[in-house]
This record gives sequence, structure tokens and C-alpha cells, in this order.
Amino acid sequence: MTDNKINLKYDIVIIGGGPAGMSAAIAAYEHGNRSILIIEREKRLGGILKQCIHPGFGLEMYKEELTGPEFAARLIAKVREYNIDCRMSSMVLDIDRKLCVTGTSSDLGVFTVQAGAVILAMGCRERPRGALNTPGTRPSGVFTAGAAQYFVNMYGYLPGKEVVILGSGDIGLIMARRMTLEGAKVKAVCEVMPYSGGLARNIEQCLNDFNIPLLLSHTVVEVHGKERVTGVTIAQVENVPGKGRVPVKGTEQFIPCDTLLLSVGLIPENELTTSCGIRLNPATKGAEVDQDRQTEIPGIYSCGNVLHVHDLADFAAEEARIAGEAAAERVRKLRENAGEKSCEEGGFKVGLKADGKVRYVVPQVITAKKDVNVFFRVSDIFKKPTLVVTASGSAEGAEGETGENVLLKKKYLKLVPGTMQTVTLKKEMLEQIPDGGRIEFKLLPGDAE
Amino acid sequence: MKRTITCIICPKGCEIEADNDSGTLVLSGYDCARGKRYAETEMTCPMRTLTTTVRLPTGRMLPVRTDAPVPKAKLFDCMAEVAKIRLPVKPVAAGEVILADICGTGANLIASAAWELNANP
Repeated sequence: MTDNKINLKYDIVIIGGGPAGMSAAIAAYEHGNRSILIIEREKRLGGILKQCIHPGFGLEMYKEELTGPEFAARLIAKVREYNIDCRMSSMVLDIDRKLCVTGTSSDLGVFTVQAGAVILAMGCRERPRGALNTPGTRPSGVFTAGAAQYFVNMYGYLPGKEVVILGSGDIGLIMARRMTLEGAKVKAVCEVMPYSGGLARNIEQCLNDFNIPLLLSHTVVEVHGKERVTGVTIAQVENVPGKGRVPVKGTEQFIPCDTLLLSVGLIPENELTTSCGIRLNPATKGAEVDQDRQTEIPGIYSCGNVLHVHDLADFAAEEARIAGEAAAERVRKLRENAGEKSCEEGGFKVGLKADGKVRYVVPQVITAKKDVNVFFRVSDIFKKPTLVVTASGSAEGAEGETGENVLLKKKYLKLVPGTMQTVTLKKEMLEQIPDGGRIEFKLLPGDAE
Repeated sequence: MKRTITCIICPKGCEIEADNDSGTLVLSGYDCARGKRYAETEMTCPMRTLTTTVRLPTGRMLPVRTDAPVPKAKLFDCMAEVAKIRLPVKPVAAGEVILADICGTGANLIASAAWELNANP
């Protein structure tokens, strides 16, 4: 049975044909590689962009405002122009440490692809109801916002007529408008935090335009209904030290509705990543990577929303270019040094740490002394904070010295968890740091709230 | 009337203070010329780009949008017009006009994706 198994060979195998995967493929091609394969489980390229019919894409990459399908079409056109191979309707089952990718599809059955580099670009999925532990019955009518978006925009099915939305992330806001335009009544958007994670413009054009109330510090405490949702009980929440955000007794109110949409966060889809032994960062829920987006396994790269959830598709696509170029460069070097044992990196490695107020940084490791853009995200709303980036000495510790020096300080008017930030660590800064050193990202609070 | 307008032109979301009590419109807080223009129309005739879908002969949906903003007050009229559209069985090019001058707004409804007869569902 295994005798006639299809064995393919490509320099670079990219898993996922969304904005990150296509962008990585395009960058690898433009870096000179001509042996690239994209593996996509759906029938068409584009990933989530296919169902994101609203505008707001492309402002960073193309300096014009596009809808999701238009943004995808730009990338698809490049993939076609470069004749990059794509295996559609194919599901990757496994990646091993020797960069052999095993997949399955109805035309090939089980197949393997031996790669010189693998780029993980599987994107993310929505947090489901099960992750929230919301009490109540289990009727139909509870959907993630993205699932509702798929039904409405791809099939023209309206999943409900009277809607409550839990979570005010951008997908939830976009769906509040979309359901309203299609004739549903959106009764409220509840947000457990005292602020919305969505863009100000989306609160304006998706909620305020249609007089949809945004209830901050509110959550759904019970779902009602036997066959179908008949309503939800919502309540105000308060932050109790040690307990987190808990409902306030006496503030419960019942809202009749037939549908509850959840827009409560995204989780990188890392089953393949962990199955080949790559550990995940608890804050990003993605792999830990170096400046080239290479994971702890040499030759396996990770980029886009599978690495960490980005605010805009543009940012995910731009990050994927880094991985695409680096993968092409790795293959080029391997070929150049053919026969010899591939040279290890130049023996330079520093770790990047976040202090908690800075929730995470990407990359988490730097192995090259060149300008590196570091992405970071904060854990709360901070007004007028100062970011301080310090470097400390080698692992052995310089004798008698604290060995900590400030690489850069930057003041911000306001930092919010919903907006990813970038700072550049210059080559000259990295040259001061000994191998095995550590770079720490700290946030000094400014004015009190 | 005094109003704080959250600009929707770009993801920055500037807060623009608008005041026309004196008879002339006074604006502050905008960061670019597009933001100023947005606040001006917002105080006179708010405009929005409409994005929605039209049913294809296969039963699946074609994403469409207006090629220019339409008056916010006419969004639901436009949606009612869109619901009446029956596409013929022929390929659609991205950018192709699906409905010209929708609801007399001067804006055209255009396809935001291509569709081929033998396209994957």
C-alpha cells in the first residue's frame, strides 16, 4: 500500500494559502527560489480574506483601501504570475524534524514532500464558547462571529434575526453592521473589559451608525433556550483582585434574542507546530522565533497569525515576507555549502524578554547583528508610558557589575492591548551585547489613570 | 451643534471636534486633509461605502461594493435594491459594474471579486 505513495521534493514548502502563506511564497520567489509549494486545505487561495468583504485592507501594503477579496486577488495574481505550485484541497498531517511534510488529498492520497525549508502559515481560529465556560443550556443559535460571517458572506444565509454579540473585537463589530444591513436586529454588544479591543473607526461606523449599544464591563452570564436560543442574561462585571472580572449581583438583565455571536479572541492554529516538538510561547500561543522567523528547529519558519495574532492582514503578510526571504536564503546557503556540513550561525544569540506590562515581544531570540524590527503588545491600557529596552551581560555575568545598559527609551501618548507596536533594534545596539546576553522590554507607567 | 466625530478614514481613528453654532463650521483635532473633509461631510451629509453580497446563479455569493461613498441615510434603500439583483449566467470580472447609479446616488455597485462559470464553489 505504501509502495506507490507519492513522494515530492521542493526547496520550500509553505503550509497555508492565506495572506501570510502567499506573501511568504512571493517573497521567496523574489529572493530567487523557483521550487516553492503552497499547500492549502481549502479549494481556493485567500484564507479568511475570502469572507472579509468589508474594506480596510491594503492601506499598509498597497496604500489604497481594498476589501478582503480584492486584497487576496492582488496576492493571488502574483502567485499565478510567478507560477508558484499550489496543492489545493490538501491537508498536512505531519511535519518531522528532517523537514519531511506528510499530507493527504483526494487525488494523491497520502503524500510526502521533502523540503529544504518549511514555512508555517496556518493562521488562527476563533475562541469558541467552550473556552468561556458560559453557563446555560446548549441550544442552536450560538455562533462565533467568523462562522456567522462565513454563512452570510459566502452562502447568503442569515444565522438569526435578533442578535446579541459578546466581545467587541473587530470581527464582532464588523458582524454587528453586516447583520444589521441584512435585516437582523443587533440588540447589544457586550464587552467584559472596560474598553473595546476594536478599532475606534469600527465602533463609529459599525455600531454608532446603527445605534447599536456597546456595553463595556458587561458579559453574558447565562444562555437560555432549549432547541434555539431564546435570550441571554447579561450582567455588569467588576474587577475583584485575585478573582478577576466577576459579575456584579443585582445587575443582571434578560435580553430576548435568537442568536448569540462570540467575538472573544483568536488562537493561533499550532497543532502541526507542536506535533513536531516546537514549544509554544504562553503569551503569543505561537512558536518562539528568531529575527528571520525561524523556530527552534532549523529550517522551520513561522509567520502571520499562526505566530502571533496581528491587527491587520497587511501586517501578517508583511511579516511573512521576512520568513519567505529567510527560507530562500537558507536553501541558497545549503546549496552553496553542498557536501560540507551546513555552517552553524555565527555563535551569537540573545534572548528577548517582556516584563509582563509588555505582554510579549516577537522575535524572542536574535542571532544576527543587523537591524531588527521587534513587535510588541502591552497587557493593559497605559497613558503616557515609557518603553525602556535594556541589555544585560553574558550568561556568566560580568564580575562586579550589574551589566545592564539602556538600549533605547521611547515615550508614547497611549498604549492599548489592541494595537501592536514596533521598535527597531539597531545593528550598533546589538553589537554591544555579548553572546548569551539578554534584552528586556519594560514599561514604565506614566500618569496614573 | 457641537459634536465629537471619530474619523473612519483610516485605522488611526482621530477624534475631531466639530462646532457649527456660529453659522460656520469650526473643526479641530483632524490630522490630515482627508480627515477634515470627512468631518465636513459628516456634519452635512454623512457618506459611507457600502459592501455587501449579490447571489450568484450557483447559489453562492459574490462580494460587491459601491465605487464611491453613498449617503448614510440611503444605505438600507441600497440594500433593498441589491436584494432584487439577479445575475445572469455569465462570468463576472473584478471591478465590473453590477448596478449603475445605485438609488440615484451616482455611485456604481461593482464586483469586488471575479467569478468564472467553472469556478470552485
